[in-house]
Amino acid sequence: MPKQEPLIRAKNFNEVALGYTEEMAVSEASRCLQCKNKPCIAGCPVEIDIPAFIQKIAERDFAEAALILKQKNTLPAICGRVCPQEDQCEKVCILGRKNEPVAIGRLERFAADWEAAHSEDSEISPENSKNRENPHGASSQKASLGSVAVVGSGPSGLTLAGDLARMGYRVVIFEAFHKPGGVLVYGIPEFRLPKAIVEREIEYIKSLGVEIKTDYVIGRIKTIDELLKDEFDAVYIATGAGLPWFMNIPGENLNGVYSANEFLTRSNLMKAYRFPEYKTPIKIGKNVAVVGGGNVAMDAARTALRLGSGEVHIVYRRSRVEMPARVEEIENAEEEGVIFHLLTNPVRIIGGEKESLKGKWVKEIECIKMELGEPDQSGRRRPVPITGSEFRMPMDIVIMAIGTGANPLISSTTPDLEINRWGYIVADTENGRTNKPGVYAGGDIVTGAATVIEAMGAGRKAARAIDEYISSRSV
Amino acid sequence: MFPIINSEKLSPLVKWFCVEAPDISAKSRAGQFVIVRANEKGERIPLTIADFDGEKTIELVVQEVGESTRIINLLDAGGAFLNIAGPLGHPSEIGRFGTVFCIGGGIGIAPVYPIARALKNAGNTIITILGARSSDLIFWEDKFRSISDEVIITTDDGSYGKKGVVTEPLKEFIEKGDKIDRVVAIGPCVMMKYVSLATRDHGIKTIVSLNPIMLDGTGMCGGCRVEVGGESKFVCVDGPEFDAHEVDFDLLMMRQSVYQKEEQQCRLKGEL
Repeated sequence: MPKQEPLIRAKNFNEVALGYTEEMAVSEASRCLQCKNKPCIAGCPVEIDIPAFIQKIAERDFAEAALILKQKNTLPAICGRVCPQEDQCEKVCILGRKNEPVAIGRLERFAADWEAAHSEDSEISPENSKNRENPHGASSQKASLGSVAVVGSGPSGLTLAGDLARMGYRVVIFEAFHKPGGVLVYGIPEFRLPKAIVEREIEYIKSLGVEIKTDYVIGRIKTIDELLKDEFDAVYIATGAGLPWFMNIPGENLNGVYSANEFLTRSNLMKAYRFPEYKTPIKIGKNVAVVGGGNVAMDAARTALRLGSGEVHIVYRRSRVEMPARVEEIENAEEEGVIFHLLTNPVRIIGGEKESLKGKWVKEIECIKMELGEPDQSGRRRPVPITGSEFRMPMDIVIMAIGTGANPLISSTTPDLEINRWGYIVADTENGRTNKPGVYAGGDIVTGAATVIEAMGAGRKAARAIDEYISSRSV
Repeated sequence: MFPIINSEKLSPLVKWFCVEAPDISAKSRAGQFVIVRANEKGERIPLTIADFDGEKTIELVVQEVGESTRIINLLDAGGAFLNIAGPLGHPSEIGRFGTVFCIGGGIGIAPVYPIARALKNAGNTIITILGARSSDLIFWEDKFRSISDEVIITTDDGSYGKKGVVTEPLKEFIEKGDKIDRVVAIGPCVMMKYVSLATRDHGIKTIVSLNPIMLDGTGMCGGCRVEVGGESKFVCVDGPEFDAHEVDFDLLMMRQSVYQKEEQQCRLKGEL
């Protein structure tokens, strides 16, 4: 996959991966053996007919390839970019046994991008596809089979909404932020997932008849019970895992310490990288430490670089192989010059005066070296501090990217909704059912922070279950 | 889009807005706030709800302190806020406490009003103290008189009411031995800090509404974190009101200064 050169791309927010040309796509698609067993389909959380769309690319029928994709995946341009295909479809590809697996993700991205670029002439523009799949149009009120409220406009909510709209339901998504998309707009940076693409995919969902109400904080402006009482037959809760975790070490509330959520939301959603044209500020530093080893940590580190920071460091308590981030993103970060401190954990953040500001600012981070002991519940070897190995590094910005949990707003305002001891909603992962009739949940608010595609898969399953639930009640 | 039905300058830097926001108004309660954006490139900022009719409108009072509030105060009736999300935060605790002192300092006068009114309706005796730097910064005196048992006004420069700061009449009441069951104080951080110091040794329950920098307002970023009772709390979801005697005001003031340099950058740009 052609990419921008590392030292050039580390200074701009343009997409890193440049995408296949038609020739590259056809050539790669021709590698697919079209094998009989198709393990790749089982490896896909939304069951895309992978060999079928790849076949069409090989035949140069790109429009049809996109159509096949869209039948199972309403957000293919997004998945083609952020799915960890190396852990899913590509992992079980037969070709991968002896060679490189077929680059399924890159082909998906190619087809989706091709369709977007040619949507005026192709048969599969939003207007045409709406007419083809749903001649009456889900937006026409009298044809609607029922009304469903969706809380959260991230990948899970968007997928469920699209599926139910195509089935003929009236769907309204309630989004707390002023822009829909969830992690797709606030979490994943522009250089990995351009926001114009997210907007386009969301426009497609809206073209199916879905209504999105932004600035609508369910739990405050309306509760789940009020939604069910007022006008909706069912509710799908897909609020994500948005509560940022902090380490609770000394100095964590000094100026210059951010949660990754805040840092990324300023940059991605509020476009702070274009300050002062966009009015939301963000801090850059001569030395930035990002604590964590997942995709969010990589995103924060690479964003800090692009904002013009000096040295950017990753501080992670385990070793390289335990890092949850996609290998591709770790490599991208390394190429761009991010410095990795592995088997290292922060102990405290030390402040000092900064220029003439009255505030205390981050001056240093004190860390301790770690070694790996026995595995913990996640199956990974538990990191254990090495006594006496403390050391300090000068830092002026520290970004905590150690994970996120369940925001308690929905659960605290829906007292009879069952949650587990970590605050996640208890739901059947096969159909999204919670203990409350008519209330379904899926995505990170059920599983904890996971991936876009898993959230989408949950939305798909819950859509089927909600359809069954509403149909059975109206009999 | 949230249309501005009415607006009025209460003083050179302070503007009052009446905004059409039926769903927010229907759910609003005293003590809650909203997050607003003036336009597409604007910052998200918190503003306490100064009043609401429960059906169609909410009222906001904005003091120009930096770039975003400067831009907001250029809006007029006929214009609109691009985004308003709310009501956010826990509502004020309203109960029958006895005699409650409601203290509003500067722009804090606005959010204190609906709380004082709700407390009055709950059967409390309300002693209101309003303070500001000078007479032109005092507003809503009549509104407060209609829901308070007594209203005391202080100005730093003595141009209206008693000369001095709000803590002075408060301390006089305390020294007199008058019954004070609760104090609610909203205003600049330093004012809330000194009110807290005045009541702490007398064991008078004091509630303050904190005003850190906020980004999302729903608990997903942690930018509004403060220390209360030695623990980190998010003002947007755990507050905005807290027991004043537990609040680390110095930390809050330090965190409020974090973007001073960027504010200056915007101001200089505007002056060029």
